[in-house]
Amino acid sequence: MSLLDRADDFQSGLITMNMVERKITSEQDLIFYGKQLGSRLLLGTAQYPSPAILGAAVEESQCEIVTVSLRREAARGGAGQRFFELIQSWNVNVLPNTAGCRTPKEAITTAQMARELFGTSWIKLEVIANDDTLQPDLFGLVEAAGELSRQGFDVFPYTTEDLGAAERLLAAGCEVLMPWGAPIGTGRGLANPYGLQTMRNYFPDTPLVVDAGIGAPSHASQCMEMGYDAVMINTAVAKAGDPVLMAHAFASAIEAGRQAYVSGLMEQRDMAEPSTPVAGTPFFDLDKNA
Amino acid sequence: MVMADTTKPAVSAKSLTINGETAQSSAATLSELLVELGYGDSKVATAVNGDFVAAAARNTCGLENDDRIEIVAPRQGG
Repeated sequence: MSLLDRADDFQSGLITMNMVERKITSEQDLIFYGKQLGSRLLLGTAQYPSPAILGAAVEESQCEIVTVSLRREAARGGAGQRFFELIQSWNVNVLPNTAGCRTPKEAITTAQMARELFGTSWIKLEVIANDDTLQPDLFGLVEAAGELSRQGFDVFPYTTEDLGAAERLLAAGCEVLMPWGAPIGTGRGLANPYGLQTMRNYFPDTPLVVDAGIGAPSHASQCMEMGYDAVMINTAVAKAGDPVLMAHAFASAIEAGRQAYVSGLMEQRDMAEPSTPVAGTPFFDLDKNA
Repeated sequence: MVMADTTKPAVSAKSLTINGETAQSSAATLSELLVELGYGDSKVATAVNGDFVAAAARNTCGLENDDRIEIVAPRQGG
């Protein structure tokens, strides 16, 4: 095929389509603990204006995993039962969390209660070290992850980009890691993109999910362009002016970021380089510009 | 928390901490306490003194003075 033919094909979209088809076919599936997933968006269920808007956002996001929690229930309250029936109507995987737990013991007991209530061995393990930053207690996290793994849980630990802690978590039995993007609820985007990129590079075969701190679809897309497997979002959708539309925006951004990663991003350059061919530029005189 | 001796009737009221609040109850077991409080068939999970008590074990989970009881249910979360 001549260069001219290839150019014609490119303009007609043939090469582009073929490339996209090839890349998507060769893309690795997303698998968490043996469960194959089509969506790379994990959606939190807290802080929405209403259950109806929450349900619409879940549907619009096309997510296949939602996070939930346990909280104290008053007698004759019924709120827990109503919420449970709501999430059952969505046909999604449920990932209970241990949000608010400050010790391994609290987190382990909460996980055990969650497993009974939600009927899943999946647990998003949070052991919080500090009330201001809500950063993970990595020592407690590793301890709790090991015990829960021994008890048959599939642990999704909320951690940092610390490589040493990540290795300990994998050794403790975790098959998925969830490093923070920024402190929970801040919406600041990736506070340490270098550290997160290093983590991605260091663990090329471990499913990695950026959890917390994502404020805008561009942040989520950035995660995916870096090669992260998925992104966990709650506040940025729930607190949007239109949570349903924002759920769609995040789904689109995550898909775009993933396709960009699979396609292969160009390398950055320090200096400008013309994209339009220089050869044949009108009025260009080699002698005068030598 | 002790294994309940269901052959003996409950004797006196105990001081319990239920979901962080002090309460009095003469319930001999966790199962009796849930009925007494009106949880009925609510979808709840339980812990006593920080340890998980499975639904199937509530009948044999005896309560003692100063026990701390958690009764939780599904809720929204991030």
